[in-house]
This record gives sequence, structure tokens and C-alpha cells, in this order.
Amino acid sequence: MKLTAMSKYQCPVCEYVYDEEVGAPREGFPAGTPWSEVPDDWNCPDCGVRDKIDFEPVG
Amino acid sequence: MTSVAAGQGVPDGAGQAGQDDASQEKVSWHDPKRYAWMLGLVVPAIPFLIWWSYQGWEGTWAMHLAWWMAPIVVFGLIPLLDMIIGTDGENPPDELIEWLENDRYYRWILYLFLPIQYAGLVLACWMWSTYELNVWDRLGLAISVGVVAGIGINTAHELGHKKVEYERWLARVALAQTFYGHFFIEHNRGHHVRVATPEDPASSRVGESFYRFWPRTVSGSLRNAWELEKKRLARSNKGPWTLRNDVLSAWLMSVVLWGALIAAFGWGVLPMLLIQAFFGFSLLEVVNYLEHYGLLRQRTAQNGRYERPTARHSWNSNNVVTNVFLYHLQRHSDHHANPTRRYQALRDYEEAPQLPAGYASMILLAWIPPLWRKVMDKRLLDHYDGDITKANIHPPKREKVLARYGAKATAG
Repeated sequence: MKLTAMSKYQCPVCEYVYDEEVGAPREGFPAGTPWSEVPDDWNCPDCGVRDKIDFEPVG
Repeated sequence: MTSVAAGQGVPDGAGQAGQDDASQEKVSWHDPKRYAWMLGLVVPAIPFLIWWSYQGWEGTWAMHLAWWMAPIVVFGLIPLLDMIIGTDGENPPDELIEWLENDRYYRWILYLFLPIQYAGLVLACWMWSTYELNVWDRLGLAISVGVVAGIGINTAHELGHKKVEYERWLARVALAQTFYGHFFIEHNRGHHVRVATPEDPASSRVGESFYRFWPRTVSGSLRNAWELEKKRLARSNKGPWTLRNDVLSAWLMSVVLWGALIAAFGWGVLPMLLIQAFFGFSLLEVVNYLEHYGLLRQRTAQNGRYERPTARHSWNSNNVVTNVFLYHLQRHSDHHANPTRRYQALRDYEEAPQLPAGYASMILLAWIPPLWRKVMDKRLLDHYDGDITKANIHPPKREKVLARYGAKATAG
């Protein structure tokens, strides 16, 4: 595992959090997948209201 | 955990002190629909009511009516009660939304729908296969079961939006009866993303009758569900032909359910299963037809993306009776703004366009396109201050719609 700081990004509508450390394996992003590798047209998997580019960094 | 136990009612504040800063409001606010939500369980119990009425009315002319109970109640009695009881625009205070959502009482009465729905389906299959019924009785029974199944899709819809894994699983269980498990995928990841845009098969357009909308939404939703799952699985380097594909796993539930019913009651129940599934998912699709008719999200000036869905992109109704039976589905704008929000906490928005009646009555209008247009097109036009070009117009009817509503035909 690389020593870069892992970041988290939150959906502005439903509070779903994409944590790079955990990824979203069901969505096809295994643990450790950096946010930059998540495609821009990926929608929030919980509410579907907002897309990746609307997410806000947290922490 | 919850701050109030099921059935205990709204706390009086004693013993809740310091729990959160909302405790003051809890004292003064009571959910007026709290116990009314239990009425939703009458719907899946309809096959039992049919059985009971049939026993009581046997030998009289009324026994033939018993089989048609669901459509008589849903499209006769409920629109009437909606008219008599009227509307309720009360919202829970903002500070109490979270507390209200966490009250597990509301979840349990929702979950209870499912065992009653399936017990009712078994009873219906039993009556179908053992009673001597004429063709009209049979049609009535199959349509009654279909009405329950369609309203069951609404229960599935409520469950399918939740973040809790077993609630999403229950949603697919509820959809097994209508063979419509793919709805849960397309709805959450397709419809909610593209709502009120020309790309959404489940958003109806002005100039599009329900009968034109039906094939477009049924086929488009199926295709989208498949594509969404295929794309998701491809990111993990998997093909679509796996039970990890939620479309296939949901359909498998239907195969198992229908297979078990056919094994228990014989092939004779297949026509009933087919009719009720067709009627059930068509009921869902006519509700889809009402919810966003003609409404269109505009593209933003900066980057050409569609504007975020707002209260202005769904038709709403505050009719109490239909709202109680549909778990506040008619507070549809808030549902699209906050799809994971639980039914009891959905709010009414002043700026949201309003339907002139509850869904049960509006469905009847949608089935008769000239009446639908007469009632709805002027409301849509008002919503856009007379500028029909702002609406979601069915492309093949664009010229006709523009000519009818007085706008100059613009290019494209």
C-alpha cells in the first residue's frame, strides 16, 4: 500500500461517502481506487441525484 | 437507535432531555398521519376481503362484484374519499426529519406489507384453482390481484431507495410477483439521474398519450436496467451473465415464486399470474406517466448539464387518502430531491406543481387521453408561464404541440 493520504468525498444530497481506502467494490472500484480513477459520469450509488463531479471532499 | 419505541407515540419530552436540540419541538409536534399509515396494509389484504365477501354474498348477485373488489375500491371508493377528505399540506419541522426517519414503527408497518401481499397471492391462486368461476369472475380476480401487485411496486419503491441492504433485498422480493425486479435498478440509477429530461423513458412528454408512453417506458426501462448492470459489472471485468447481475437475480426470484405457485396449484394459475403481472406493472407505468408529465429540466448556461432536479420537476398531490395508501409517493418533488428520505418525513413544497386530484383519480384520466390533455395541458402551460417550449415535448408531435399552444416553432 502506498503511503499517500487517502481522501473521502461526499455526495451533497444523501451523505454517501466515497472513501478511497474502502473504494466501492460493488460499483467496480476496489479498495484503494483513487477518486481520480472514478469516471466523471458516475452517479451517487445511493440517491442517483448527483454525479461524481458534484461530490465534495471531506475530512 | 430510536428515540421513541414503536406504538409509544410522540414523547412528551420527559426523559428525553439533552438528547438533541430538537427535543422542544418533539413536545409540540405530533405526526397527524402516524396511525393512518397502518391503513396501507388494507391493500395487500384485499384477496382476504374478497374471500370473506364471497362467502357472505354467495348465491346473490353481489358475489360477482366481490372478485372486482380491488379496482372498485382503488378507482371508485378512494377517489371519492380523496374528494371528501381533501388535502393536507402539513410538513414535519425540519429539525425533526431525522428523528422521524429513525422511528422504527414506520418501517415495521411497511415491512408487514410483504407477508400479507404474498399470503394474499397464495390465497388468490387457491381460489382461482379450486372455485368454479365464470370468465368475468376470473378476470376480476386477476385484475384485483394485479391492483395489489401494482401498489406492491410502490412499497418496493419505498424500500428500494433505502441505504439498508436488507430493505433493498425486500424491494426485490416485493417485485417478484410482477416480474418487474429490473425496475428497482433502472428507477434508482436511471430514472432518478435523468428525470424530467428527454433521455428518461419513465418521464412522459406533452403530446404523448399513456398508450404511446407505455411501450417506450416498458422497453426503455428494461434496456436501461440491463445496460446499467452490464456497465457496473464490466468495471469489475465481469460479463452480464452472472447472478451478481441484479436484473438476473431479481428475475430468478420471480421464476422461483411463479414456479412454486405453479407446482402447488397447477399450470391453470399461469393465466392469472400473467394478467396480474401485466396489470400490476402497467399500474406502476401509469403512475410514472403522471409524475413528470411534460416537465423538463433546462440545461445550465455554464456547462450544458441539466439543472439539478428541483421541486418544479415533479407533479405533486397533498390528497390525504391517496397519500396514506401510497406512502407519500405524491410528495414526489421531495422524493426526487431526497430519494433516500423515508416516507413519513417527505414534505410538501409550495413551488411544486400540483395535480388537481390524487393519483387514483388521475390514473383514470390518463387512461382517457383527450380528458388527460384537457385537464393537464393547461396546468403545464401555466407552470411554464405560457411558454410551451420550456416543456418536455414528444418529438414526433412537436409541431402539433407548438401550433396548439401558440408558440412559434423553433428550430430543433
